[in-house]
Amino acid sequence: MNRPIELPRWLDLFVLPLVNLAMAFAVSAVVLVTIGQDPVQVLGLLVKGAFGSRSGISYTLYYTTTFVFTGLAVAVAFHAGLFNIGGEGQAMMGGLGAGLVALGLGPSLPGWMLLPLMVLAAMAFGMLWAAVPGALQAWRGSHVVITTIMFNFIASALLIYLLVGPLKEPGNMTPESRAFGPAALLPGMHQMLGWVGLEWPRTPLNFSVLLALAAAVVVYLLLWRTQPGYALRTVGFAPAAAAYAGIRPKGQIVRAMALSGALAALVGINEIAGVHNRLMADFVAGAGFTGIAVSLIGRNHPLGIVLAALLFGALYQGGAELAFEIQGFSRDMVFTLQGLIVLFAGAMSQVAAPWLASAYQRLRRAPAAPAEAEAAHG
Amino acid sequence: MRAIEKRFGAVHANQAVDLTVAAGTVHGIVGENGAGKSTLMSILYGFYQADSGMIEVEGRPARIANSHDAIALGIGMVHQHFMLVETFSALDNVMLGAEPSWFLPQARAQVRAKLDALMRDTGLVVDLDKTVAELPVGERQRLEILKALVRGARILILDEPTAVLTPHETEQLFVTLRTLRERGTTILLITHKLKEIMALADVVTVMRGGAVVLDTRIADTSLDGLAQAMVGRQVHLGRAADARPAQTGGVLLRAEGLQWRDPMGVLRLADVSLALRAGEIVGIAGVSGNGQSELLDALAGLLTPQAGKLDVDGSSFTPAHWLRPDHARDLRIAHVPEDRQRRGLVLPFAAWESAVLGYQKRPRYDRLGWLRQPVMREDTATMMERYDVRPRDITLKCANFSGGNQQKLVLAREAQTEPRILLVGQPTRGVDIGAIEFIHGRLRALRDGGGAVLLVSSELDEILALADRVLVMERGRIAGELPIEQCSVAALGRLMGGADADKAPVLAAQPA
Repeated sequence: MNRPIELPRWLDLFVLPLVNLAMAFAVSAVVLVTIGQDPVQVLGLLVKGAFGSRSGISYTLYYTTTFVFTGLAVAVAFHAGLFNIGGEGQAMMGGLGAGLVALGLGPSLPGWMLLPLMVLAAMAFGMLWAAVPGALQAWRGSHVVITTIMFNFIASALLIYLLVGPLKEPGNMTPESRAFGPAALLPGMHQMLGWVGLEWPRTPLNFSVLLALAAAVVVYLLLWRTQPGYALRTVGFAPAAAAYAGIRPKGQIVRAMALSGALAALVGINEIAGVHNRLMADFVAGAGFTGIAVSLIGRNHPLGIVLAALLFGALYQGGAELAFEIQGFSRDMVFTLQGLIVLFAGAMSQVAAPWLASAYQRLRRAPAAPAEAEAAHG
Repeated sequence: MRAIEKRFGAVHANQAVDLTVAAGTVHGIVGENGAGKSTLMSILYGFYQADSGMIEVEGRPARIANSHDAIALGIGMVHQHFMLVETFSALDNVMLGAEPSWFLPQARAQVRAKLDALMRDTGLVVDLDKTVAELPVGERQRLEILKALVRGARILILDEPTAVLTPHETEQLFVTLRTLRERGTTILLITHKLKEIMALADVVTVMRGGAVVLDTRIADTSLDGLAQAMVGRQVHLGRAADARPAQTGGVLLRAEGLQWRDPMGVLRLADVSLALRAGEIVGIAGVSGNGQSELLDALAGLLTPQAGKLDVDGSSFTPAHWLRPDHARDLRIAHVPEDRQRRGLVLPFAAWESAVLGYQKRPRYDRLGWLRQPVMREDTATMMERYDVRPRDITLKCANFSGGNQQKLVLAREAQTEPRILLVGQPTRGVDIGAIEFIHGRLRALRDGGGAVLLVSSELDEILALADRVLVMERGRIAGELPIEQCSVAALGRLMGGADADKAPVLAAQPA
């Protein structure tokens, strides 16, 4: 019989993840040695690539932004007892929503009106794309895990159809739309820092990073500080208790999925409105799935998700740098490293807990024992 | 077992526990929830290791590091929650993990032969070819016992074996256990139902706060003596001697002709009519599963019947437009559900979150959608104080409270709104004696305050102790109604139905 091990909160939330991370790096080091690489050099370059320069940091944060959105999307659904695997498709639809607004209204509106409209359109598209599987689960009993995966394929097919057909830029061979124009481009970090007089290299990092932080705060407040969040978590943890409390689970499921989809859709803003300035086919590039790992490692809590997203952002950026710097070091090695982290910090996150617990007990008892003996005598 | 010590962090679960069990006896171990009896048995069965102390089995010192060691020593355990694979046949469940051959048809034949012999010897009969899902609860338990015996158990630990059984099944179990004792099996019976101990055990050990407080032969003790040792003070669970007769007022709730078929087409509520008046406790008696749960759900708005009518406080409801749970609360109907863990509380929530469940939209807790956390916390603290919920920690997860304290929290929440009608299901199932006394007191207070209480309980004692009027449900219908003066266990038992009625109430008989 396995009983969950109860660790003190600080050990559970801070030390355990670090131990897991250390284990992942240790196993990675073994892998690196076997393929004839120097693990210290590789790790050093990884960290340097991610945090060693202003542009490195910017790229790291740019990736982080995307992962925060998809991680939050997974977490919101999780708290309602749902497993949203459709972040990928919802993000694509978000991009499509933003893109359609930019293409349709771009020429006639100034940026300060156009950009908020793009954000709203992206969120609305993502919402709709996730709410449909939600409604199907609530009223028809088809599981969201299945339907959201199917919706990923539909979203991808729809986007490609539009990009090789109606939205294709004439004369361009790649499946992408025409450029939206400057009004539809979110300010980059270099611009924003430029306004306050700071110099910063030109990178894809843009205003969306602030949007991501705001989203994390909003999700926290919504889930733990508001009555609708209370209802949502009740449905997730105890559907029977929710019914007892007069909360109707069906509506909550659709709401949670819609919110989840809206968050995932903001990836479209980071990419389409923040960087590319045109609608493309593969701008999501697996971020929807990475969001699952991010949420898992971040324990489905906004703060944890921001930190986990930062970890993944650093791995992406540092990994790209590695592939560039070291001969014979491919991107696949970086994926291996990511896989190990997901394995140790996600799937096997409780493996080290018993050791940690017993070590903690020993440490506590060692100084406590003499005092107790005295008390027994006195 | 000698000088067994076990700590979990700050909790001293077992302190210097000595336990000697004579071979071939039934040894009862009683104590309230958290008294340490389960920990002690878990040490014996190898789930936990004692921090210090020693165990001897049949005269030899034993080291029990896991359940394999325990089984090798002839110790078997029947858990409160059965450890069976529902989709496997009874035979396969017995075999699982102890297959005598890798070739399953041959293994099955061997195990079946052994089981047939064992069933003849002990009179424990189980249909081996049915899947566990098809077996009634009593038969599943017999299967668990057989499973332990086939593995060579000479010492059998039974953890709260009667918690899930009907009175009739309980009686059958006791016959079985007596047979086993005659065959020389030693039985350790963990329970907090003292009557069962008095009826079955030879020797009893009472635990309180992790220590043994009483160790005596049954012949030398009494029910009251045990209860007092267990709780540490005098308890009174029967009908209060000075109970005032019900001061009934007007009808608060009237249900007529309620009818409900479950999705499988089984008629669960058949033409149920009842009225609740102010200032009375109406008891619903009956063997579990005779429509009591469905009746509670229908009145609480959790289930919409297919026919019938409900009048509450001037509002009228028909199946086309039935009461909903939030509407029920607005009509001041409070509901303490039968299943407090799945329904009454959200187990992963902190106490202060679960303490507003169902009332989370009230302006008291919700300002423009924001939870008023300070008010919630304050109210929870008050509830815990008034209802003596322990520990008094509003941030503790609901899952970490004991059953009795969970129940007190639910009752506190439902009672604090001063409901006119309180629907209560199994208020003391799995609850300690001390807490039972307290909960009964609160229900009486609600009645005396002019509320109507509808009490569903499978414990006849509880109904006899509390109700002013008793309705008996049997196969979805009201089989009869008796004012409390005319209630006897025999009379209720007859109404509870069928041939079982004569046997069923034997255990539940009131002590003189």
